[in-house]
Amino acid sequence: MTDRFVLERSSDARATPKRVALVRREDPARVLEDRGELVPTAPHLLVREIILFQACVVALAILSLVFDAPLEGIADPLHTPNPAKAPWYFLGLQELLHYFPPVVAGVLLPALAVIGIVVIPYVRMNIEIAGLYERPWKRTLAVLTVLAGAVGTLLAAYHVWPVLVPTLALYGLMLMPALPFGPPRLKRALARVPLADWIMHWFVAVVVILTLIGVLFRGPGWSWTWPWRDGIY
Amino acid sequence: MNVVKALTESRLWRSIVRHGTLPTNRNRVMLVIENVFLHLHPAKTRRRNLEATSTYYLGAVSLVLVAVLTLTGLYLMLYYHPSVPQAYHDMKELQFVVGNGVFLRNMHRWAAHAMVLAVFLHMLRVFYHKAYRPPREFNWVVGVVLLLMTLLLSYTGYLLPWDQLAFWGVSVGTNMVQAMPGLGPRIRFLLLGGNIVGENALLRFYVLHCVILPLALALGVAVHLWRVRKDGGVRGSSGSRRGPAEAE
Repeated sequence: MTDRFVLERSSDARATPKRVALVRREDPARVLEDRGELVPTAPHLLVREIILFQACVVALAILSLVFDAPLEGIADPLHTPNPAKAPWYFLGLQELLHYFPPVVAGVLLPALAVIGIVVIPYVRMNIEIAGLYERPWKRTLAVLTVLAGAVGTLLAAYHVWPVLVPTLALYGLMLMPALPFGPPRLKRALARVPLADWIMHWFVAVVVILTLIGVLFRGPGWSWTWPWRDGIY
Repeated sequence: MNVVKALTESRLWRSIVRHGTLPTNRNRVMLVIENVFLHLHPAKTRRRNLEATSTYYLGAVSLVLVAVLTLTGLYLMLYYHPSVPQAYHDMKELQFVVGNGVFLRNMHRWAAHAMVLAVFLHMLRVFYHKAYRPPREFNWVVGVVLLLMTLLLSYTGYLLPWDQLAFWGVSVGTNMVQAMPGLGPRIRFLLLGGNIVGENALLRFYVLHCVILPLALALGVAVHLWRVRKDGGVRGSSGSRRGPAEAE
């Protein structure tokens, strides 16, 4: 926890105005700015952008020649398809709707997710790069255990297995370096993962699993179906 | 070659592009900063950030998809009437009457799906590379707004074909909005122009999809790219690497 002073030294007053920087150990982000070699944007970046544009257009053209966009019968408010599915990127939410009342699944949880993502750069935890076990970790782990227990109990009470399973799996992985046994190389690698990354891993795992279930494994009446046996609805 | 030389040295050419065509570093920089479109780039880029593993070009892919979607979207607008039931009949016209109509609609559809994916992956890339850290905090927020706009654009476009898929997909979504305590039913009424997904909803989604949201997205993208430049260029994979302060 030692504060230190870094004095930038340069003879070029325009490139380095005279200043003293106070750098605390916790947030060294600005000082870590990489100072790699600079090349002119034209042509180095522009050429890559042009090639990328062409590659994307070619890929999309091939995709569009092979696969046709779906078009069903004309909209009919009197005839509800079963199941009525939202577009794929909202099927994670629709899957949540199966477990929670609409105000939780459709409003509260997405609102929390968006707020959580927006404030990321303003939360200290996300500025640190040190792994969870590379700093004093016992209290953090105790808090996380209580949180995981509370969230896990809530998820189990509502039978939200698709969220409970990744939650427990990731909690187990996060706990591993604290255990007296286990493969040492894996434990070392896991110990270096920052807390912020653990939370994002969890979020991504939950979103991907919920979306995949909604797209592939849900059929009439939102019942569980196997895509290889019953097809994709 | 002389024709090119004569052209690029003519008064007309020089009135448009002020700097010359000599391959000097000064002219390379001028090419970027003297051009209203290119000047959203920084004049110089870190070589390390040009590598594929640095950004995976996900932001650029998203922007390319915006361009493809704008062009195919404008073209589609020529054949589309936002009214019931003509909207659906226009889909059939694209399929059976308009030359390459199916291809055009496919391009727009797959590019839209790809953009949702690309923007989400772009967000993950920026997160795991810790590229949102100071001084880039605000640009992360702008990025999240752009992600939400992408979802809204994709969702409003989803209704326009006016088939069963579109109608019920949007019905499911707007019923979720209704669950919001207090404002929910009002927001839904505002969005649909009524209490059901009908012709007013189609018109509103059309205006949102073709005018309001694209303009808002263009503004947002301009701010986003401008801030990338002002915050010192993109932060590639080097952002997550431990610096000297950690290594000691």
